[in-house]
Order: sequence, then structure tokens, then C-alpha cells
Amino acid sequence: MNALEFANVSVDLGGRAVLADVSFTIGDHEFVGVLGPNGSGKTTLLRAALGIVPVSHGSITVLGAPAVPGNPAIGYMPQVRSKVDTLRLSGWDFVAVVVNGHRFGLPYLGKEGRKEVDWALDMVGARDLAKRPLAETSGGERQRLLLAQALVGHPKLLLLDEPLISLDPNHQRAVVQLTKRLQTELRISVLFSSHELNPLLGALDRVLYLGHGQAALGTVDKVITGPVLSRLYGSPIDVVHIGSRIFVMSGEHDVERDHHRHNHAEHGHHAPL
Amino acid sequence: MLHYDFMRTAFAAAGIVALVAGPIGYFLVLRGQTFAGHALAHVGFTGATGAILFGLSPLAGLVLLTVAAGIGMGFLGERLAQRDVAIGIVLALALGLGLLFLHYFTAFATQATALLFGNVLAVDIDTVWTLFILGAVSLAVLAVISRPLLFASVQPELAVAKGVPVRALSVIFLAIVALATAECAQIVGVLLVFALMVGPAATAQRLTKNIASGVGLAVVLALAEAWLGITLAFYTDWPTSFWIAALSAAGYFLAILPWERWVKRRAPKEIITSKTSVPEALASTDSRPVS
Repeated sequence: MNALEFANVSVDLGGRAVLADVSFTIGDHEFVGVLGPNGSGKTTLLRAALGIVPVSHGSITVLGAPAVPGNPAIGYMPQVRSKVDTLRLSGWDFVAVVVNGHRFGLPYLGKEGRKEVDWALDMVGARDLAKRPLAETSGGERQRLLLAQALVGHPKLLLLDEPLISLDPNHQRAVVQLTKRLQTELRISVLFSSHELNPLLGALDRVLYLGHGQAALGTVDKVITGPVLSRLYGSPIDVVHIGSRIFVMSGEHDVERDHHRHNHAEHGHHAPL
Repeated sequence: MLHYDFMRTAFAAAGIVALVAGPIGYFLVLRGQTFAGHALAHVGFTGATGAILFGLSPLAGLVLLTVAAGIGMGFLGERLAQRDVAIGIVLALALGLGLLFLHYFTAFATQATALLFGNVLAVDIDTVWTLFILGAVSLAVLAVISRPLLFASVQPELAVAKGVPVRALSVIFLAIVALATAECAQIVGVLLVFALMVGPAATAQRLTKNIASGVGLAVVLALAEAWLGITLAFYTDWPTSFWIAALSAAGYFLAILPWERWVKRRAPKEIITSKTSVPEALASTDSRPVS
């Protein structure tokens, strides 16, 4: 079964077409990086898959069913983590609130629920964080707890919105490796949005690149190319390989782009991915 | 002291209100909406004085207007409910209106003081029953919504994705906050609602990072502060509301002091490694206020 299908999907927010007639299919057990410049609709795409952003046209199918809020097969890590910094709850309680969190009644967990919390914490190696207050954890530790929250309910598809934001390179690597391990061990699909491509390079199966309401899905070699990205950015784009890293540059002149491609590494404008 | 009727009534009223204020205050602090609770109390002042002006019971006016304001605040959304300036202006307007109503009914100057600062020793047995019923309703509603409310309070964005009706919960919660506020105002007055509703809950959240024990501790602290306040007032003849406010503040500031650092500096090493004697939450060196 496909993890996620967008069929001619358009999403308008505040009179702006964030996604315009976007179609793609993400298969089972895929690790897909969702990339694109700021405002290209990465968050909107994930929220549309969750069924919490209205779609003006087209249809979204998640694991064979239409996208509706509250699908237990989807795990989600939101980008806005408004409350997290000041909470004085333990890591364990922070994960526990998600268990059956949509049901009315007293927040009593029961044996099954406690097992679920322990399992999610173990999966992300956060058992040691379970007793500490959230306000005293580091950015990397908090990210692991947010991942544990996303795992509650044993989802088949993980939607992670910018898990690398405000992490240093070491922690970025750790989060990517952890996510990759979860994806292969649990045999699930992952959509991992990021404004940087390089930290994801070793883990990715394919990239979903967004820009100008359009989307391109494919392997890094196929999508991260000058012609494809130029179309998505709506302006000339260069792709520069340095060692194992890839840089996307926006150049001023076509000629320069065609003939002096590698010089851009020094004096081109670095377009934030 | 307990052979006086008015003292027994006062203890009963304060006990009921503390039982209600503890859990609801815990959620209020957790959600970062304490200022909204404060503003609701002030709106209650307008309601109570307005009711007096129109010849109705002040408690009825207090309850009706706070609940209406709580629901309105909930509909305007969490973002607005946390917006300090808008809330502050509404709060000032509410007090101003209350003053205007009193201006037309000058005979009730003592009533104004009672509304503003509370007068638990003057509570009659009928009011105790009203408090009991309102409190039972608030707690029953809180019990029904507590699980999704907790989820929505801690991780609102994820809760929306999981199908939790976050906006509706916010409205219902502010309505029961309004009820609890009206209750607290009977004991400590509209100006000091913070002392009973926010103080114990905020103290509890400094002392424990576990939700269940946090709610329990908030109830115990609220109860202790309310009853101890009445007792101290009886023996000192100082106002009850002063004592409750003082105990509430003392509890909070004792809880946020960096005890752990002082213990570390003085105690021999064996004691430091076994943290059992000092509540772990006290280990925090960060003294950011919770609200």
C-alpha cells in the first residue's frame, strides 16, 4: 500500500496558492526529504496530509484512506513547539499525554498505555530523559522526546516538520540517524522536511522538492539539478557538488551558470534550501 | 474556634473552593493562561456590582458575567486569551464599570470591599451550598475533558492533528475557569483570586514534574493555605484574605528558591548524591516564574 498519494492537489491559504495541482506518490518504507525554500509549502503539505488544512482541489490518500484528522496511523512532529520550552513536566508525562489523548475522561493510562509510553521512549533512546523536567533538556534531547510523541500509537507514516531546526551539526546528524533507524526497524515511511539537504543525504531514498506551488519527487540525482530547481524556484539555479555535499546556488546570468558553474561556490549566492 | 457557626461555615466554604481551585488552577498554569483567569475575576466585579444595581444577587451576577466572558475569551482563541495588553485593557474596563455601578449605589461601599477583597467570615450557609453545586459542576466537567485538555495544553499542534477539538476545549475550559474564579472571589475577593487559584498550582508545578502529584499537591496547598489563613485571621484579627495571599506567596517563593545549590554548598558529599531529602524539582536553578 502506498504511504501517501497527492492527486492534483491545490491548497490556497490567505488567497495565495501554496500548492497548485500537485501530484506525487510515496511508497511503502520510503524515507523522503521534503525540501524547498521558505514559504514553499513544506509545512502546508504535511498538514494537508494530516487533514487539518483544507484542500481546494484534488484528493489526498494516506495509507489507502482519505486524509482526515485523527488518523492513528500517522505520527506527526509539528514545527511550532510553542509550549515545550517552559513546561516543567517530566519527559515521561510529556509523551504520556499523547496516549489516547483524543478520548474524553480522566487521563488514566492503564498498563497498556504505560507500556506504549515506555516503548516510544525506548525506541528513541530517551529512557534516561523520562524523569527530567522538559524545561531542563537540551535541544537534541527535546527532539528525541518529540519523536517519541510521534511514535505513540505505532504509526505507519511519520510526518516530521523541520526536526533539524536550531540544532548544531552533531545533533542534526544524530536526529537523522535516529529517524533512519526508526524507519528501517519499524518498516515505516517517513516524510522529513528540512531547509537543508546535506544533513539528510545519507538517509534519503527520494526528495520531494517544493517551490512556486509545484513539487518534484525523485532521487537526489534526478531532482537536485539545475533545470528542475530552476523551474521550482522560478529563477536560474545552479547545483554545485563539493565532495559529498551539494549546494544550490542562484546565479545572475545564464552564461555564467553554463560555463563557470564551479566558480559559484566562491562568489554565488547561497540559496537556503 | 470551631464552636462558632460562622467559622464552621467559613471553613466549609474555603474547603470547597480550595478543592475546585487546585485542579483548575493547575491546568490554568499549565496552559499559561493565568492572566486570563485574573481578568475574568475583574469582569466578575462588574457582574456583581451590576447585579446589585439591578437588585439581583451579586453572586449570580458574578457567575453569569465571568462565565460569559470566559466563553467569549475561549471563542476569540488561545492566542488572544494570552495577549497581555488586550486582557489588561478589558480588566481595567471591568473595574471601571464596576466602579460606575457602585457610584449609583453608594450604600454598598462595604459590599464593594467584600467583592474586591473577600469576606469569608460573612459567608452564609446558602452560599456554601451554591459554592458546593457550582464546584461540583466545574470539577465534573473538568474530569470529563481532562485527558484531551491535557493533550491540547501540552502539545496543541499535535492535538489538532490527532483530531482533538482544541478550540472547543479552550472555550469549555475557560467557562469552568470562570466558575472557579467566581467561587474564589467569594473567599478572597476578585483582586486576590490569584492567591487561591494560581499560587498553589504554580507552587505545585515547581515542586513536582508529575501531573497527578502536581494536581494533588495543588489541592493540598490550596486547602492548607485557605484553612490556615482563616485560622490565623481568627487569632490575629487580621483579614483572612491577607493571610491567604501571604501564605500563597510564601509557598511560591519558598518553592522557587535555589535550595539545591545551598544544600550542595554546605552539605557533605554523601548527602548530595542521595537526592531523596530534597524534592528534585528544587534542583532547578532557573527561577523563571511559571505564569
